[in-house]
Amino acid sequence: MSIARYSRQELFSPIGKVGQKKLKDARVLLVGAGALGTSSAEMLVRAGVGHITIVDRDYVEWSNLQRQQLYTEKDVMEQLPKAVAARNRLKEVNSEVIVEGIVADVNGMNVEELVKRHGLILDATDNFETRLVINDAAVKHNVPFVFAACVASYGMMFPMIPGRTPCLHCLMDHLPAQNQTCDTVGVISPIVQLVTAYQVTSALKILTENELQPRLQSFDIWKNEQAVINVESLKNKDCPTCGSHPTFPFLAYENQTKAAVLCGRNTVQLRPGMERSIPLDKLALRLKELAGDVTVNPYLLSCTYEDYRLVFFKDGRALIHGTSEPAQAKAIYHRIVG
Amino acid sequence: MTIQLNGQPVELPEDVKNIDDLLRHYQLENRIVIVELNHEIADKSKYTQLPIADGDKVEMIHFVGGG
Repeated sequence: MSIARYSRQELFSPIGKVGQKKLKDARVLLVGAGALGTSSAEMLVRAGVGHITIVDRDYVEWSNLQRQQLYTEKDVMEQLPKAVAARNRLKEVNSEVIVEGIVADVNGMNVEELVKRHGLILDATDNFETRLVINDAAVKHNVPFVFAACVASYGMMFPMIPGRTPCLHCLMDHLPAQNQTCDTVGVISPIVQLVTAYQVTSALKILTENELQPRLQSFDIWKNEQAVINVESLKNKDCPTCGSHPTFPFLAYENQTKAAVLCGRNTVQLRPGMERSIPLDKLALRLKELAGDVTVNPYLLSCTYEDYRLVFFKDGRALIHGTSEPAQAKAIYHRIVG
Repeated sequence: MTIQLNGQPVELPEDVKNIDDLLRHYQLENRIVIVELNHEIADKSKYTQLPIADGDKVEMIHFVGGG
């Protein structure tokens, strides 16, 4: 390793050489490789965090390039899964750290295996359900979880420390009925950078064992507004996740939705109740008559079908573009895959 | 009435009298929001009973899902 590589960070006294060693020994899980995930991942990799796992269920599209900083036009044209494209770029940035890219949908069935082998989780998801799933697993396995989110020019951040702070479930006791998404209000790149700047600062403090004041913060970069709230008093002793008799409801299979409408697109993601593997090559042959523009790569199959564009991943998941109706999406899925 | 909302002075119309009215004014009544009134977190079940007065300091954070 070049001695100079982390010299400026080591000169920063709260980190120093001791902190740098801690970063090298750290294992961080990033859930999501969209705008927040690509920004935070790049900072962590440049900072020398020794092992980063980045998990994402989606693939790179043109509308991502405006703000998702690890991706290029080539990634779009190759329809690369984000976890693969992100890993490729992160390895170019820093070949000295381990970067794992996992193409998967994080849910109650697989989250604990991921969480258990990391010392810190950064939130870069695009929906509340997945956040609450991660929050359950984080509390259960005592792993800090830095929540972050943004839409339009507004973003928020909260470092959740199990046993010390309220958990996300304490702060939001139900899934919101009405919610702004990238679909309805869009998003600009500077708010992504502002939120991840705070998120990664929290991460660096946690990893180097510096003092952290866990505060809920929000920012509107367009209106030049910010808010900070000390939420300690919201820690709920009866919380189903972090209270005295936890049941971790979001890890329970029966509580999981099997279809999700994706942020920013007229798209439904479906995931099978049981893990299943789709032989993409065989499916491609079957689809020759039925569908148009069939493209297969080692990770996914995409095609057009009636007025929809369909993408099947080999783990059984599918993206149905052209509808935001889960039932309609399921019907199409079942017509194709059975 | 003028309050300090998220650190900035904000002029509110006459009909905004309590926290519940404030959330409606900003169209946040159906969202997940945490409100701090003069450095104390407001109890969600009492929003209509928590009056806002001139000069109050309010911090208001609403949850969003994107990323």
